[in-house]
Amino acid sequence: MSGTHHHDHDHGHDHPHAHPTAPDADDLMGYYQLMEVAVRELLIEKGVFTGEDIRRQIERMDGANAGRGGLLVARAWTDPAFKARALADGSAACREIGLEVGALKLIVVENTPSLHNLIVCTLCSCYPRPLLGLPPDWYKSRAYRSRAVREPRAVLAEFGTVIPDDVEVRVHDSTADMRYLVLPRRPDGTDGWSEEKLAELATRDSMVGVALAASP
Amino acid sequence: MSGGQADALPVHFGVGDKVRVRVAHPPGHLRTPWYIRGQRGAVERICGAFANPEELAYNRPGLPRQPLYRIRFRQTDLWPDYAGPKTDTVEVEIYQHWLEPDEAAP
Repeated sequence: MSGTHHHDHDHGHDHPHAHPTAPDADDLMGYYQLMEVAVRELLIEKGVFTGEDIRRQIERMDGANAGRGGLLVARAWTDPAFKARALADGSAACREIGLEVGALKLIVVENTPSLHNLIVCTLCSCYPRPLLGLPPDWYKSRAYRSRAVREPRAVLAEFGTVIPDDVEVRVHDSTADMRYLVLPRRPDGTDGWSEEKLAELATRDSMVGVALAASP
Repeated sequence: MSGGQADALPVHFGVGDKVRVRVAHPPGHLRTPWYIRGQRGAVERICGAFANPEELAYNRPGLPRQPLYRIRFRQTDLWPDYAGPKTDTVEVEIYQHWLEPDEAAP
């Protein structure tokens, strides 16, 4: 800081020097942020929706988390007929077990001893939000989005997931209307486990495909 | 969902068909990634018919709906120096108007 202290009280340690502070992120409104605020305020003014509607929607979106995807995985691990239905129509399978997914068109892709699936959206950040919550920052990063299709094995290794060469790595680029969820392999040593317990092993990252399901 | 409905275009390709992604660079909102244009692959599944996002982006109805396919590509076809086995693949959703039959396919 400038070091110009105009105050005349004792410059003791109860009053530390002012250090430069990081600017608040919301001090810096760009063109599109301003436009969003303007459009939102107009729509509220016109009675299209209320501020409460928006707050509730944000709360709902922030509240979704990977625990919901875990329920789907755990059911698929324990019920082969359900798994077959989930692989045929992911959205219908979600509704069958009471997971409301709205307009989500879900494709479930299954990891097997010879196949490992990885999800990316190279164009933006498409992600099965009703099942996994908001995407992590790395999922939206340019590095992940470009490298996941270019060198998926290197990306996986950086996540600590080394896939042997005799296992196919299949990358799913969610470029359009479908969303993807990886059905990881059920960990060994979980025979007889309840669905509730199994669901905890189906971590977010395992359902994106950057990791395997957690070990018991 | 599938083709045949009044506002959806007929489905041109079947599962397993060899296709090539068109090389085109129109302006606007596109859902066909650059890295896949001009590449050859095969239809993995038909996802249904969807309003054309290139039209939706400009607040037009996007009708008739376009059949949407998942196309499977071999990584070693996409990237000549791909560091991984020949069996590795990428699957990408492509709308029908971006696809043409791959005449050169065996």
